[in-house]
Amino acid sequence: MLKMRIIPCLDVKDGRVVKGVNFVDLVDAGDPVAQAEVYDKAGADELTFLDITASSDNRDTILDVVGRTAERCFMPLTVGGGVRSVDDIRRLLLAGADKVSINTAAVHRPEFVAEAAQKFGSQCVVVAIDAKQTGPGRFEIFTHGGRKETGIDAVAWAKRMAEYGAGEILLTSMDRDGTGQGFNLALTRAVADAVNIPVIASGGVGTLDHLVEGIRDGHATAVLAASIFHFGTFTIAQAKAHMAAAGIPMRMS
Amino acid sequence: MDVAIVDYGSGNLRSAAKAFERVTREQGLAHTIKVTSDPDIVANADRIVLPGVGAFADCKAGLEKVSGMVQAMTEAVHGKGRPFLGICVGMQLMASIGHEHGDHDGLDWIAGEVMPLNPADPALKVPHMGWNDLVVDRPDHPLLAGLGQGAHAYFVHSYHFRCHDPADRVAHVEYGGSITAIIAKQTMAGTQFHPEKSQATGLAFLSNFLRWNP
Repeated sequence: MLKMRIIPCLDVKDGRVVKGVNFVDLVDAGDPVAQAEVYDKAGADELTFLDITASSDNRDTILDVVGRTAERCFMPLTVGGGVRSVDDIRRLLLAGADKVSINTAAVHRPEFVAEAAQKFGSQCVVVAIDAKQTGPGRFEIFTHGGRKETGIDAVAWAKRMAEYGAGEILLTSMDRDGTGQGFNLALTRAVADAVNIPVIASGGVGTLDHLVEGIRDGHATAVLAASIFHFGTFTIAQAKAHMAAAGIPMRMS
Repeated sequence: MDVAIVDYGSGNLRSAAKAFERVTREQGLAHTIKVTSDPDIVANADRIVLPGVGAFADCKAGLEKVSGMVQAMTEAVHGKGRPFLGICVGMQLMASIGHEHGDHDGLDWIAGEVMPLNPADPALKVPHMGWNDLVVDRPDHPLLAGLGQGAHAYFVHSYHFRCHDPADRVAHVEYGGSITAIIAKQTMAGTQFHPEKSQATGLAFLSNFLRWNP
């Protein structure tokens, strides 16, 4: 039986780990490779790096981080942030990433997702969707860390991305990100039920019950969280035990 | 002892190489891991690994584009009986035929077809992505030493290998039906999952492969 996944996310800027609350007020908290090893040993099911490096001069620092991580951690690694071209993807995959997550570039040019899937296979193409609830049953895509609205319907967009060859959707509840109030479950369920590819729920996790809700009520097959793990509020093992106790199939190790 | 990891432009070989290096180092084995697109190195290697990500036809075409590589692999595996491991699409390429985006001939080393996943439960997503527990079909097989029932491995695929001879299937997983997880015949083996991404289970499997003397 397939198990549901817990995916810790590390925000990386200029080769260092940070974690933002609502994408501002970043707190520097260490070496990403060391963090990755901790999560590997702790039994995380996958790991995600979100590269938030702003300066193009430092864009290659993530390649070094990915390469050093892939030498030490034998677990699936996804890298997102600033993935804009087929060449960006190739370099990340060659450095040791297993999947790349495409966000803004897909909104600017949706065909990029189809090109990436064609070139490298759907299995490595994750489309990241940042969405907010803008009305009852209405969810829209936002870009630029949630600051810029696009007017695009999140559910229709997810379906289109799946048709273009995305292998997975990373869905962030932008109106919940950093709040610790839990996923936007209506959004998560609307997207997860609309597509036949796996959906990772992200944004807003503050308690272990939130992780349960993302799977049970949001119909996601994976949950991504940063702060609750990064600041040691909970361990991966505690999260897995809590989810398993709630009846969710988990890989216990 | 040389382990040749065949480089034919399919995805990331670094993880596979690093996983083999780690196993070799930790177990004190005397293997040298070579990532190579040189058919001579493959023909003379003691063990051969064929990774693969992406579409079946693309991988097959990529392999055939490396002049002499299929012949070198055939010579090593079928002429000299050297152990061979196909990973993911690298395993699927051993089939007689693949049905991903049309019908494409495989290497026809292990009789079978590569079919689209079509889980009986419509709520199950495709690709089959994540950790699934192995159900062992051949508990005595040396590639499974120390793994046992219920070991979890990491899968990401939309097509699966249906063996014509059930005896070729060493382990499977359940995902809206039985999905082949490990195949083995003579000196050939393959995994649908990614041992290089399957943490302790994956490293244990690779260690078994390096010690396998079929």
